Amino acid sequence: MKTNSPSVALFIPCYVDQFYPQVGIATLELLEKLGCQVTYPSGQTCCGQPLANAGYARDTVGTATHFIETFNDYDYVVCPSGSCTLHVKDHFPAIAGLQKEQEALEHKIFELVEFITDILKIERLEGKFPHRVSFHSSCHGQRGLHLSSGSELNQPPFNKARKLLENLEGLDWVELTRTDECCGFGGTFAVTEEALSIQMGKDRLEDHLQHKTEILTGGDMSCIMHLQGIATRSKQELKFLHLAEILNQALS
Amino acid sequence: MTHPENAAEFLKDSEKSKWHDETLWFVRDKRDKVSKGIPEWEQLRELASGIKDNVLANLADYLEEFERNATKNGIIVHWAADSEEHNRLVLEILQQQNCKAVVKSKSILTEECHLNPYLEKHGVDVVDTDLGERIVQFLNQPPSHIVLPAIHLKKREISELFHEKLQTEKGNEDPAYLTQAARVHLREKFFAAKVAITGVNFGIAETGEFVVCTNEGNADMGVHLADVHIACMGIEKILPRRKDLGVFLRLLARSATGQPITNYNSHFRNPSPGKEIHIILVDNGRTAQLAREKFRNSLKCIRCGACMNTCPIYRRSGGFSYNSTVPGPIGSILSPGLDLKKHSSLPFASTLCGSCTDVCPVKINIHEQLYEWRQEVTKTQGEFAKGLSMKLANGIFKSPLAYKISGSLMRNALKSLPNSLIYHPLNIWGKNRNLPDPPTESFQQWYRKNRS
Repeated sequence: MKTNSPSVALFIPCYVDQFYPQVGIATLELLEKLGCQVTYPSGQTCCGQPLANAGYARDTVGTATHFIETFNDYDYVVCPSGSCTLHVKDHFPAIAGLQKEQEALEHKIFELVEFITDILKIERLEGKFPHRVSFHSSCHGQRGLHLSSGSELNQPPFNKARKLLENLEGLDWVELTRTDECCGFGGTFAVTEEALSIQMGKDRLEDHLQHKTEILTGGDMSCIMHLQGIATRSKQELKFLHLAEILNQALS
Repeated sequence: MTHPENAAEFLKDSEKSKWHDETLWFVRDKRDKVSKGIPEWEQLRELASGIKDNVLANLADYLEEFERNATKNGIIVHWAADSEEHNRLVLEILQQQNCKAVVKSKSILTEECHLNPYLEKHGVDVVDTDLGERIVQFLNQPPSHIVLPAIHLKKREISELFHEKLQTEKGNEDPAYLTQAARVHLREKFFAAKVAITGVNFGIAETGEFVVCTNEGNADMGVHLADVHIACMGIEKILPRRKDLGVFLRLLARSATGQPITNYNSHFRNPSPGKEIHIILVDNGRTAQLAREKFRNSLKCIRCGACMNTCPIYRRSGGFSYNSTVPGPIGSILSPGLDLKKHSSLPFASTLCGSCTDVCPVKINIHEQLYEWRQEVTKTQGEFAKGLSMKLANGIFKSPLAYKISGSLMRNALKSLPNSLIYHPLNIWGKNRNLPDPPTESFQQWYRKNRS
């Protein structure tokens, strides 16, 4: 096995583990369908991002050490969240005694979509998903991991998620007015700047609704949790799925 | 008031906040379009950033070179360590000239130094001659944006203000009519002023000249009619060579308003016969910022305001919500360096979305510095301010068992508690948002059953 397929460790962010197990399952099944040998290392917890973004990066040494040790023995670490992936790569505190392991981790951890397009080198997925789908571009995945081109930059447009989705039979891709504006989740921002967070979420939803979206998807359940929470409260008939769920369904 | 409180207040007028968001988004969109018309745009940003890195690494040398060359040109050079010294120097020059009325073109630095109230206290009448600045001055307000000082006001409000101050027709909101009234009013002020104050966009070390960029020509009008020109310049505004302007002038207006270039880019090099040019080089916290390695490159800022126009927070909370001279993302990394306690909520007035960093013409890593300022703010607040959840979090996340127990407790609580308890006023998340439906098992539990 080991000679042909790389060993992939799944990193399932804490809130996905607790609130959205179906996203973890879809990620696992999808990677298996694509021929990967996938393990979920037991004992994993969280990357520590909530603490660090709140200004307590210095208190995440324990969490980061645990993370590096948990994922040390695998060829790749794959995560269905751009935000958590970016945190591990860019914002882990330097862990004394684990420099080599930490550096290796930064180069072997990938967000799900970039793992499929850049490491597995899959350009097209054959499958069916006859729905009108709009894509919420999460900031950390887009501007941090460069999963798609930013509207701010003068660069040729690209979108790794779109490349995978667009080829699915029957999928109707929605063009938004503001292609990559933040949804206002922002971790603790959602609570400390509640009024702004809600307004930003409402404005984002409005863009999707105006374009007659049936299913809103994205690569980060945190943004989707926020948008879905606002949509459900105002009783909007919009469905929400993580990219992994769409791809996994389409491939079955 | 903290940023969240001010933002919530601003959002109460939902029609106006929506208008504010859309107006600034329009400016951002113009910037996107015009910048995409320049194939080498990203290289220009890279170049500008590199030039500024060089300036910051050799700031003392360039400043002395500038002083030598400016002095040779006949410009009188002054140095001010802080705002008090800056204001005192301005007043002294005005007193030497026996000047009681002064015209000023837009200068964020003089706002930063609170020059207007200082001069007024000493009996000098100051008139801001930029149209937007004059409007906010009539209202006794600071600018709410560094490029568009009156962007928080609608036409109707300006019409009412001009009716009161300039006796324009009641209810006439025609921008051309209102602008004409301001022109007539300002013309008198220009003629009466013996001294004109301007800011500086770029000081050129190689030639000892400085450049002022405006769209209205008000800086030139003031300076050419006055006997004495006082230019106030932050020490970080230096550029090594005149040809560097070829990079910066292309970036500045495109980033600021989406114009190819500002209407007036005026070079001041020698005083006309019988006139004087003074330049005051102001530190006011800049060398302290230069010494902070993580925050040093915030001094690259050329004050274009692009980060404000793109910021989803700024657009929806308005410039005043920041309670600092420079609002928006760049202000939120500059102001904590001046007064960390006063501005402690600003680094948190962001989702760290990173759009500011990507529009910045000099490539300041604004959102990364916001993150770094958060780490500094919490250090000063001590353990007391840290929420219980934060204290628990590291303990939970480093222990798989503690994580498992707390996770299942949470899911079970969400399942079994009545909604009235879940959406308790203390649950800020739930005020306007539902929580996800708790699943029966976590992914970990599913995996153990199905895969191992």
